[in-house]
Amino acid sequence: MGLAQSLSTTNSRRAETQKISAAEARSILDKQRLQRPVSPHLDIYDKQQTWFGGSIWQRFTGSGLSGGLYAFGLAYLAAPALGWHLESASLVAAFGALPVAAKVSLKFLAAWPFTFHALNGVRHLAMDLGYGFNRQTIVKSGWYIWGASLVGGLGLVFFL
Amino acid sequence: MAALRSTTSALLGAAAARPSLRIANAVPAAFRGMAQLADGAEKVTTSSGENANLKTFQIYRWNPDKPTEKPRMQAYTLDLNKTGPMVLDALIRIKNEIDPTLTFRRSCREGICGSCAMNINGTNTLACLCRIPAEDKAELKVYPLPHTYVVKDLVPDLTQFYKQYKSIKPYLQRDTPAPDGKEYRQSKADRKKLDGLYECILCACCSTSCPSYWWNSEEYLGPAILLQSYRWLADSRDEKKLQRQDALNNSMSLYRCHTILNCTRTCPKGLNPGLAIQSIKKEMAF
Repeated sequence: MGLAQSLSTTNSRRAETQKISAAEARSILDKQRLQRPVSPHLDIYDKQQTWFGGSIWQRFTGSGLSGGLYAFGLAYLAAPALGWHLESASLVAAFGALPVAAKVSLKFLAAWPFTFHALNGVRHLAMDLGYGFNRQTIVKSGWYIWGASLVGGLGLVFFL
Repeated sequence: MAALRSTTSALLGAAAARPSLRIANAVPAAFRGMAQLADGAEKVTTSSGENANLKTFQIYRWNPDKPTEKPRMQAYTLDLNKTGPMVLDALIRIKNEIDPTLTFRRSCREGICGSCAMNINGTNTLACLCRIPAEDKAELKVYPLPHTYVVKDLVPDLTQFYKQYKSIKPYLQRDTPAPDGKEYRQSKADRKKLDGLYECILCACCSTSCPSYWWNSEEYLGPAILLQSYRWLADSRDEKKLQRQDALNNSMSLYRCHTILNCTRTCPKGLNPGLAIQSIKKEMAF
């Protein structure tokens, strides 16, 4: 009997219950809600979707490009007052004096965000018209844009 | 079924017919040891035969009775030869045989109820529709749906999600009676527009895969609710289309969608919430 009970797969449990009013139940729930943790999100979600998502990089590259433009525009405006030399000739001279590695990486830093933003922008426009929502298309076009923008960025660096 | 049957019931039923069971019988201490959870032990292993195909499951744990303890990952190792093919089978086996305190929602085990939605190996899906990658020896990681309040272990609080569903009035709204006084009829072509929409089971996989919903779930409706919303916008029998569109016409409810499209990639039912949202946007724009 004792053996059969210990081997049984269906457990019979004697649970002691106590009645509480609706208001008490509500206060218990409220207290518990305050303590609930938020489940992990960015850290655990598929990296390809969260870290290489086209949408967020569209925002990053767009912010970088426009932020750079505004920063240079304001600096150019303030240059005479602060005695900076930001006119084309002196910029070209300064850039020419840099080592090759710095030249390449600086150019790439300007070129890649542009190619990515432009290509992914076309993808977003196509999506606005309702194209490219197939599951495989989403995954593939995402990778294609990474590849094409890197190639295009390097092309601009070395051939322009 | 034999694979799904717990070792204990197999022992009762099939006596000592199988050699693997005789081994288990001969070493009762090791056999009994699998049912208890040693204090502080993070790794629990089931007894396994010679050809065991072991797989470790890392599962998110948090207990509301001990709210000061941080959420942790607990490892359970199962022999896949004795486990059903789906992740839900493994979870049920862990709960039955290793650790009865493991808490998760489940009901239909065939992808129609949406209860067992959780994050498995980085993407949201239904545990009952997700195969255990048997060839892959890596640990399988199971988390609750991302960026939700955790009730316990793998159980998320979906109160806000359901409230948002209620807010879109998910029912047929009409003022005019049916012409024949019996039922609201619809052409086959109009009915076809609801395919890919009515199948949604509201498991919340898509909404909780959306970073935009993670950061703005107070106001942004999220992909699941917007797909449901489009289900009623696309219904030829519904007469409140303009009011429905008007309710979505603000910066938060609909337009927090930035076509990230994690929703379409994650939907365990193979639906396309991203396209449904785009259809709403298009109809409102043109």
